[in-house]
Amino acid sequence: MKIALKLLPLAIFVILAWFLGKGLTLDPSELPSPLIDKPAPEFSVARLGREPGDPSDGEFVSADMLGQVWVLNVWASWCGPCIQEHPYLVSLAEQRPVPVVGLNYKDDPLDAQRWLARLGDPFAHLLDDREGDVGLDWGVYGVPETFIIDRAGRVRYKHVGPVDEAGLVEKLIPIIDQLQKEQS
Amino acid sequence: MFRAGLFALLLFFVSPLWSAEVIVSFDSQEQSELYHDLLKEYRCLKCQNQNLADSNASLAGDLRREIRDQILAGNGKKEIDQYLIARYGDFVLYRPPFSAKTAILWIAPFVLLLVALFSVLVMIKRQRKRAQIIEEVENDQDELFNMRLEKAKKLLND
Repeated sequence: MKIALKLLPLAIFVILAWFLGKGLTLDPSELPSPLIDKPAPEFSVARLGREPGDPSDGEFVSADMLGQVWVLNVWASWCGPCIQEHPYLVSLAEQRPVPVVGLNYKDDPLDAQRWLARLGDPFAHLLDDREGDVGLDWGVYGVPETFIIDRAGRVRYKHVGPVDEAGLVEKLIPIIDQLQKEQS
Repeated sequence: MFRAGLFALLLFFVSPLWSAEVIVSFDSQEQSELYHDLLKEYRCLKCQNQNLADSNASLAGDLRREIRDQILAGNGKKEIDQYLIARYGDFVLYRPPFSAKTAILWIAPFVLLLVALFSVLVMIKRQRKRAQIIEEVENDQDELFNMRLEKAKKLLND
């Protein structure tokens, strides 16, 4: 009893140190998304470079993606980390037959197109979310963000911040491969 | 000199324009109050230690606009809470709801208070006991001393 009491402060210290140490390894800007495993918010939005109502290519309707695994990447030309991330998106589009949909968030379409001309365009569909309405529905709070949506139209994974080598190889590609094996 | 003074004076009038909040109008006083109360309840996701009223981030501006539109459409706190939680999770609320996940947050302070009260009580009890023992020992010693004194007196008288 006596020894247990004497060891109590040490025990409290160890527990506190564990929690504080754990806190150091977590990224406070990375919030768990409430969308995970839920149906992805549906939207239809103009394609980049075409004004709303322009019949040349029609709007992008998210429901059209049902039945396949797809990736939604939220980016902007004003976003610094997007430049870091871009080569890995290009690499993803080359490595896997998965449509990467680029949602151009609160951006000037001309700036966006110049940016893509300079850095390469990995996107299967390029969408214009000038007002950020789609981003709001998807709970976007920091650009870039990357979502993976499964065949049944559920959000299965969210990556906040720029995708790097480790993120691509250890997370995105294995998750995409696994989801493509699943039957909806 | 006069110009500089005038300029400084004018700066005081300019300052409200720099604050994060854009002046918005509502149909009624209640809606306006609800709006301003709600902005203090929600966290800006971008700059996590500021509420929506204080934040200058563009996301906070969008959310303020969304909340204003919802209030004008007749939605109350409950609907707006649900809207924000569905998109950003409980983290958007400064006051998280009571659930299995947050129970420890809500209960821990009261448990700690109880533990503290209990240990203070134990300490007081122990101190009282110690004081009592010391008193008893002193009484015993007094008795012993008196007994010896009497013995000595008897011896002297003999």
